[in-house]
Amino acid sequence: MTARPTVPAPIAMLAELTYRCPLSCPYCSNPVEMAKKEAELDTEAWADVFAQAARLGVLQLHLSGGEPASRRDLVALVAAARTAGLYTNLITSAIGLTQRRLKELETAGLDHVQLSLQGTDADMADRIGGYKGGFDRKMQAAHWIVEAGFPLTLNAVVHRQNLHQLPQAIEMAVAMKARRMEVAIVQFHGWAMLNRKTLMPTAEQATEASRIVQEARSRLKGTLVIDYVPADYHSDYPKRCMGGWGTTGLNVTPDGLVLPCHAAQTIPTLEFDNVRDKPLADIWYNGTAFNAYRGEDWMQEPCKSCDRRKLDFGGCRCQAMAIAGQAAATDPVCVKSPVHGKMVELAQAFSQDETGELVYRKSP
Amino acid sequence: MTVVASHTIPVIPRGVRLHADKVRSRWVLLAPERTIDLDPIGLAILQEVDGLRTFSQIVAGLAVKYEAPVDQISGDVGEFLAGLADRRIVELT
Ligand code: SF4
Ligand code: SF4
Repeated sequence: MTARPTVPAPIAMLAELTYRCPLSCPYCSNPVEMAKKEAELDTEAWADVFAQAARLGVLQLHLSGGEPASRRDLVALVAAARTAGLYTNLITSAIGLTQRRLKELETAGLDHVQLSLQGTDADMADRIGGYKGGFDRKMQAAHWIVEAGFPLTLNAVVHRQNLHQLPQAIEMAVAMKARRMEVAIVQFHGWAMLNRKTLMPTAEQATEASRIVQEARSRLKGTLVIDYVPADYHSDYPKRCMGGWGTTGLNVTPDGLVLPCHAAQTIPTLEFDNVRDKPLADIWYNGTAFNAYRGEDWMQEPCKSCDRRKLDFGGCRCQAMAIAGQAAATDPVCVKSPVHGKMVELAQAFSQDETGELVYRKSP
Repeated sequence: MTVVASHTIPVIPRGVRLHADKVRSRWVLLAPERTIDLDPIGLAILQEVDGLRTFSQIVAGLAVKYEAPVDQISGDVGEFLAGLADRRIVELT
């Protein structure tokens, strides 16, 4: 394996430690078919992946899932990540984090905690999370996290059911002394695809969310930093794909597959390598899935000759797959896409549909 | 933008740290969801931030070290730290 000068080393790695989770959020980005517990990489295998990632150039490690706290060896994994020299972020619902475990995570060197929020009260949060009593347990754990002095990011996924709670969610972040907040309008990958009827916000809601975020950003400058993922299906141009396919980040699944993006398994033509079989660097530089949409050679018109192609890289491959039926097509969110009209109609129809029932994620 | 007063003590809070990025031969500041590329000036400033010294002490130290006028250093350092404080990467206490 040799690094190729045209391909930058990755900065960030998302390690999905397990698909197990006590919650069952209907917008979970995990695949609908999930690897079982027995197939998960063990402690040593993950530690080796972390060490390889650091040597490859990864600086930021996100420990995610499922619920990473469902791994009994979470503390050992954090310690291994810090030994490797990685900035270690825990993405959690906080269910399963006790005061004692937080103390151990602190000793192991955990840098940062990112706490997910399903709603701002027990009614909403427990309904969306599909777990009764979950909200109260989360609030208790949130208190411990702050008390232990961990820097905290509150992460709110907003959708048609809970968008009206966004202002309270922002106030909660301030009250919890979070330094950062992420407001993400639901993205339709994984389980969310099965819930478009119930979760798709209306165009008015999407605009309102942007207004609320703008207002809060200026009001809370220096207090709370807000990162925002808008609802691209109601816009004219797509979101940029991560930072470019195979340029910035990589994702390792619980059973060791290495993906260019968390939703990449929805593209049936791609084949993924496993850390059990190959060195991580070899997979990053030479893996066919990583090279499939690197650079611009794969692009079709209208992207190929579009002057925005270096800005958005033609948008999301997975969305192109889902709506245009072809991963190399222009993201249908784009006004220049031939199926943009279909996308708008779909988004519109889903956002008005009152007949849907929430389909909850099932743990493996 | 925030103005940094002379008696302010800048602090690098928990969850933010300097890191030698050996793969890319540079120094970075690692923070939640952020990796900040540091040029030699940014690095020199942050290496002075020890959570004890005030803004004016830091400026005075850098002015001597780089043989530059205090006013100019003060402007550069103030702008740099205020920018980080607005993003909650440095705390001004
Ligand atoms: S392909 Fe889509 S889902 Fe994947 S990283 Fe790019 S924008 Fe995100
Ligand atoms: S045509 Fe392609 S490159 Fe141009 S704006 Fe649309 S998605 Fe982006």
